[in-house]
Amino acid sequence: MSVRYTEFHPRWHRPRMSVFWWVGRRSYLVFVLRELSSVFVAWSVVFLLLLVHAVSQGGKQYQQFLNLSSNPWMLALNVVTLAFLVFHAITWFNLAPQAMVVRIRGKRVPRSAIAGAHYAAWALLSALAAWLIVG
Amino acid sequence: MPDQIILQVTRYRPERELEPTTQEYEIPLHEEWAILDGLNHVKDQLDGTLSYRWSCRMGICGSCGMTVNGEPRLTCATFLTDYRPGPIRIEPLRNFPVIRDLVVEIGDFMRKLPEVKPWLIRDEDVAAPDGELLQTPAELDEYKQYSMCINCMLCYSACPIVGLEEGFLGPAAIALAQRYNLDSRDKGAHERMEVLSTAEGVWGCTFVGECTTACPKGVDPAGAIQRYKLTAATESLRSFLLPWRSA
Repeated sequence: MSVRYTEFHPRWHRPRMSVFWWVGRRSYLVFVLRELSSVFVAWSVVFLLLLVHAVSQGGKQYQQFLNLSSNPWMLALNVVTLAFLVFHAITWFNLAPQAMVVRIRGKRVPRSAIAGAHYAAWALLSALAAWLIVG
Repeated sequence: MPDQIILQVTRYRPERELEPTTQEYEIPLHEEWAILDGLNHVKDQLDGTLSYRWSCRMGICGSCGMTVNGEPRLTCATFLTDYRPGPIRIEPLRNFPVIRDLVVEIGDFMRKLPEVKPWLIRDEDVAAPDGELLQTPAELDEYKQYSMCINCMLCYSACPIVGLEEGFLGPAAIALAQRYNLDSRDKGAHERMEVLSTAEGVWGCTFVGECTTACPKGVDPAGAIQRYKLTAATESLRSFLLPWRSA
């Protein structure tokens, strides 16, 4: 076939992005899971509010809430929620140094120190919560 | 006699085919050859019809970006031996229309780039030597990293948001805006904010982070965008609380 000269650009090929563009690459998959984890973060807040509401309504309501929480499907949902919350926190803390530029006396604080501070705060608050619940 | 390696190159010849196809070329595997050298060998010795862009062959011009085994790479800085025994799949950059073979259409990026005004904006221009603008090494360090961008568009190829959202300004344009925003000589941050602090600007970014991974010059566009999100949020909060102070 002879090549024809055209004054303007000939037909461009425009590749379409697959709906499953995030499946084939680990970093894209981690990103989509991190976005999805927000749903579980929201659910954990709702669950906590339900708990507070039940406590405020008295012993009977609280017992009902405990019964609901011990349902196998509710337990399964909350185990998945916990896994996503941990995933959300770890990925978020690992990304934080990229967004935060902190300077002390003109020198930039290293990335590991910023991430480390996040993890330290997390451990401290978890220990405080554990002390409040168990202690 | 050197070893051989196979290049699986995407071909798209709009005058004779509707969809891209793949063509294999067997080339010598020299230790010192980058993928671009392999493509030049194909063009010179095996098939003169193959089309691709290149210029400086030393990581400065940003012309030879392609997708190598699924990764956006500068082909002049990616060596054949790292892919031994092959084959090596070479495709055009993703998220761009393909004009021919490995040549992509970059007009979209070229239109978006000036929107962020990537140049020094001053209240008034004073000619040198009176207008000499001095900077300390610390002030230079503030933006130097972002000034390393060579507009190779590997970050656009790596970013799924660029592929999904047509209007998104994209990583390099935002990083270049930050290059000037953080320059002590520049006074244009407020003008740029109108373009940057929008859904098509920094708020379109969902922090996948692949732009930074793909960048061959260590620019870290993802970091630039997240930093600017903080700046934009602080600024809008300030203009809400202290409306008389915002310009």
